[in-house]
Amino acid sequence: MSRAVVSALAGFVGVPALLAIYLVGIERLLRQVSIRRRRALQPWLWLAPALLFVAVFLIYPVGYTLVLSCLGPASRGFVGLANYRFALTNPGMILAFQNTLLWLVGFSALTVLCGLILALLTDRVAYGAAARTVLFLPQTISFVAAGVTWKFVYAFRPAGDPQIGLLNALLVGVGRTLNPVAWLVVPWVNTLALILVAVWVWTGFCVVVLLAALRAIPPDVIEAARVDGTSEWQLLRAVTLPLLGPTIGVVTTTLVIFALRAFDIIYVMTSGNFGTEVIASRMYKEMFTFQNFGRASAIATLLLAATSPAIAANVRRFRRPPEGES
Amino acid sequence: MTEQSAAMSAQRRATPSAPVGAVRRVPLHAVVVGLSLFWLVPTAGLFVSSLRPASAVASTGWWTALRPPLRFTLENYAAVLGAYGLGRGFLNSLVICVPATVMPIAIGALAAYALACMPFAGRPLVLLMLVGSLVVPLQATLVPVFQLLAGWGLVGSFAAAWLAHTGYGLPFAIYLLWGSMAAIPRELLEAASIDGATALGTFLRLVIPLSVPALAALAIFQFLWVWNDLLVALIYVGGQPDVAPVTVMVSNLANSLGRDWQLLTAGAFVSMAVPLAIFFTLQTYLVRGILAGALKG
Repeated sequence: MSRAVVSALAGFVGVPALLAIYLVGIERLLRQVSIRRRRALQPWLWLAPALLFVAVFLIYPVGYTLVLSCLGPASRGFVGLANYRFALTNPGMILAFQNTLLWLVGFSALTVLCGLILALLTDRVAYGAAARTVLFLPQTISFVAAGVTWKFVYAFRPAGDPQIGLLNALLVGVGRTLNPVAWLVVPWVNTLALILVAVWVWTGFCVVVLLAALRAIPPDVIEAARVDGTSEWQLLRAVTLPLLGPTIGVVTTTLVIFALRAFDIIYVMTSGNFGTEVIASRMYKEMFTFQNFGRASAIATLLLAATSPAIAANVRRFRRPPEGES
Repeated sequence: MTEQSAAMSAQRRATPSAPVGAVRRVPLHAVVVGLSLFWLVPTAGLFVSSLRPASAVASTGWWTALRPPLRFTLENYAAVLGAYGLGRGFLNSLVICVPATVMPIAIGALAAYALACMPFAGRPLVLLMLVGSLVVPLQATLVPVFQLLAGWGLVGSFAAAWLAHTGYGLPFAIYLLWGSMAAIPRELLEAASIDGATALGTFLRLVIPLSVPALAALAIFQFLWVWNDLLVALIYVGGQPDVAPVTVMVSNLANSLGRDWQLLTAGAFVSMAVPLAIFFTLQTYLVRGILAGALKG
């Protein structure tokens, strides 16, 4: 208990105090030097703490992961591309790649679709805001909590026993002759079941972002099309969807990045058993369970490579400040 | 979800509502209500189960508890908070979260100020680096950062989580605050500097007050992100009861007592208490933060 109190004090009081001392310190320092020097030095001094953190916790680790991926399990001895050969040929890894691909396609497509449908539909009913509140709720809880929530929905009891999981109870109750399904055990079904949880969590995000874009469409564009006698369906296909295109692109990028590093849901719901392993959970297992830092780093590097198009797109897109905040 | 947009949608809704429309709109309502239920029912079931006695949870579905005789109990919460250590885990989560929220925001605000308000030669390069690191997968940093923290003797301590979350949270923090600070009219900044205000004075008296909405959105985001995080805590902090946050504890429970649903459901609800409280009180800021470019998973 005392350790927590000491830590808390250090964190709550010590950190702000350190920053305050630093700020006053650099002001003093800058007062000593010439105006020209000050102009040149000042930005870097304000940036320094942030650059230090980013360098130590992001830039250096990414670079060092590349080095480690060519070393042995204990980060010693050069092994060339052996870790990559493992990562690309091991049957467990191939399964993880297949599952990740399923996550990428299935999760992203389904979430965007749900988000789009629900953004369009909740915009047309009087209780839309309330519905969106409900949809957004899972977005705020942890994947751990979402995982437990759905593990309970998927709970399985052998046929004949009373089903305590909602899904199997519906299955047995509605289709009298149907047998309960072990949702988290049957191959492929279980990965889809896990994906559904992620869809449940992320749809709220899609709805919020897509709805904002939908409402940013000038009303006269819609009105003009309506006056021309366009049906609602044609309106959607020819006007609304093309105008939403860029936003759908941004949302999809976010979802793809999430799908690539999805870990929590799998860890909590199946621990990667029954063939549900993905790249990110496999990397954790190599690092923590098998203590093979070389292989873990090779897998992490592949993950980074898969993310790099998104990183490049970000760099292109975000040279200028984000809009909508002031 | 804001008043303005609600008014706009009301206006838009008014257009196609002919008398025939009411009947044609039945499928629309069915779909919206049905999907809303799909989103609500799992959480509701979790909550109901967490209040049921162990024997009832193990033998019947939670929906049967909604019929009389109603038998609810708080003993599951007493058990997980006490014997299973989630009370301590809740405290640990708070001790991790507050500095891990304050640090990246404070440090990020300094950096964003430099990027938004001080012209200098290296700026494009710094921005490139920050925006590029915005979506780097954490997995690509885990092993080296773990080795670093282990070398400093910090693995298994709160400080490990503070430092790691600060590093990981900074690119997004700087990005969001930079956007807000870059929108401050240049004339205001120039007027302040003509009046003889120092950089620190301008920062504290002008830039920070004008950035409050962005700071609030960011604080909520970072807090939720750290509170809900599993991976960083699992690797750098670990599962020892005196440091493990509530997410690590609940995931351990999920993997060890897979069949004691009354405990698991109560545990999951304990971990959801803070996010739900934030959600219901600060939803507007949360949505604003998302729209300002929430690219973090």
